[in-house]
Amino acid sequence: MRLELKSVVKQYGQQRALDNLNIAILDTSCLALIGPSGGGKSTTLRLLAGLEAPTSGSIRINENEIGSDAAKRNAHLKNVGVVFQSYNLFPHLNALTNIALPLEKVHRHSKADSITKAESLLQQFQLFEHRFKMPSQLSGGQNQRVAIARAIAPDPDIVFLDEPTSALDPEMTAEVLDAIESLVEAKKRLVIATHQMGFAKQAADTVAIIAGGKLVEVGDASQVIDQPGTERAREFLNASLKF
Amino acid sequence: MSIKSIFYHAAEGDDALPSRLSRYASFFLAALLLSLLLYGSFAALQYQWNWQSVLRYKAKFIEGWFTTLKIACVSLIFAFLVGAISALCGRARFLPVRYLSTLYVELIRGTPLLVQIFLFYYVIADAANIQNRYFVGVAIMAIFSGAYISEILRAGIEGVGKSQLLSAKAIGFSEYQTFRYVIAPQALRSSLPALAGQTANLIKDSSLLSIIAISEFTLNAQEVNAITYSSFESFFPLAIGYLAVTLPIMRLSRVIEKKLQFDT
Ligand SMILES: Nc1ncnc2c1ncn2[C@@H]1O[C@H](COP(=O)(O)OP(=O)(O)OP(=O)(O)O)[C@@H](O)[C@H]1O
Ligand SMILES: [Mg+2]
Repeated sequence: MRLELKSVVKQYGQQRALDNLNIAILDTSCLALIGPSGGGKSTTLRLLAGLEAPTSGSIRINENEIGSDAAKRNAHLKNVGVVFQSYNLFPHLNALTNIALPLEKVHRHSKADSITKAESLLQQFQLFEHRFKMPSQLSGGQNQRVAIARAIAPDPDIVFLDEPTSALDPEMTAEVLDAIESLVEAKKRLVIATHQMGFAKQAADTVAIIAGGKLVEVGDASQVIDQPGTERAREFLNASLKF
Repeated sequence: MSIKSIFYHAAEGDDALPSRLSRYASFFLAALLLSLLLYGSFAALQYQWNWQSVLRYKAKFIEGWFTTLKIACVSLIFAFLVGAISALCGRARFLPVRYLSTLYVELIRGTPLLVQIFLFYYVIADAANIQNRYFVGVAIMAIFSGAYISEILRAGIEGVGKSQLLSAKAIGFSEYQTFRYVIAPQALRSSLPALAGQTANLIKDSSLLSIIAISEFTLNAQEVNAITYSSFESFFPLAIGYLAVTLPIMRLSRVIEKKLQFDT
């Protein structure tokens, strides 16, 4: 997919989350957004997913401008999946219904089809036996895998993941990263904000470092992580690889 | 087990339930103290009890009790409707509607029920030429309780987390679908304990309808007092009659609250 952000500014009251962000990526199938905390990764991801409008600037994905027009953003939203750091699932619905309900109500599948599809996804993520459990009865890792299943259920063009593992302990992190890796293998297009450098290098083909609401560096994943070209990127990577 | 350990709860922060013996013995002691206090007050009155004559009007109590229940049930249904509509209006895009809801809730909650009953009965119902006083009674209770229910529901709706709304948006739910499938069920669940409590309030508050001569439980009890020239006897069955309904409801409210705590 092709991504292009031109002079994107996102202002939250006094806080300028993105400050003239420019990114142009001609072709990527898995993009990792990395950078220091508060740098603007989540904001970039929300704008790309169409969850929010930029204060100014233009955002293009492939041939579609999705930035300013609410109707276009909503249309775009239906064609993508989003997974957040935590609290993705609806706590009053069981795992199966969490996946099936949007299929039925948003994507107009029949009820039976929605349930069949949800069941096969739960099977794929080894969650079938937990299908009738409520989110509160599932572990953090299981919750996140159900959330991933829900995000990919309608076969979206792109899946956006915002630090999907940072609320999990190492063991659960591994199981969720495995689930994400299986998406990469299935040639899903992904954009993932992450603190996991190792995972970014291994799973992503392109990496963009964002700090202070600006692009620091973008390029081939292993190139950017192993041989960063800018001083700011080196600084960040050294700090994050220290421990 | 020493006497002290029976009546004392374990260290602070210990959530474990006291033993059965502890609970029963302590409850009994508390009830005993209260009874003694009551007994002492009445003994000081040197009052001649006359249960016999009151007992003769048993049917009147029962009839009144059922009338109260009926009024409460019908009022509750309408109160819920009014409350839900008001809570929805409080979120309306068209601002005058929003202020209408705010005004309604604040005016009702800010004035005594007694005043509302008089105003409604002698002014509004009179002007609208409504004759049936039971109809008026139900309308007053529905409007009164509706304001409280509106507030309860509003709090429930506002309590739904931002992350849930973002999640709903990310899934592609429309505004209506978000409300229907995410906000409403979660808000309703978290409001249940308070709604049960409000139901108990409604039952008790309906006793004030006695001032516009609706023959519900309280009015009937007052009448028995008058007929039998007694002062207090009727108030005992009256209190017990209300407790018989409100205690189980308050209990239910606690149970729901506990259950919800475990669910989240
Ligand atoms: N909804 C919001 N309201 C106000 N300020 C916000 C909001 N969202 C983000 N910000 C601010 O914008 C800046 C960028 O935030 P963002 O969440 O995009 O950073 P991030 O790179 O995802 O950080 P982290 O690694 O901690 O998740 C921060 O200073 C943050 O405080
Ligand atoms: Mg973030």
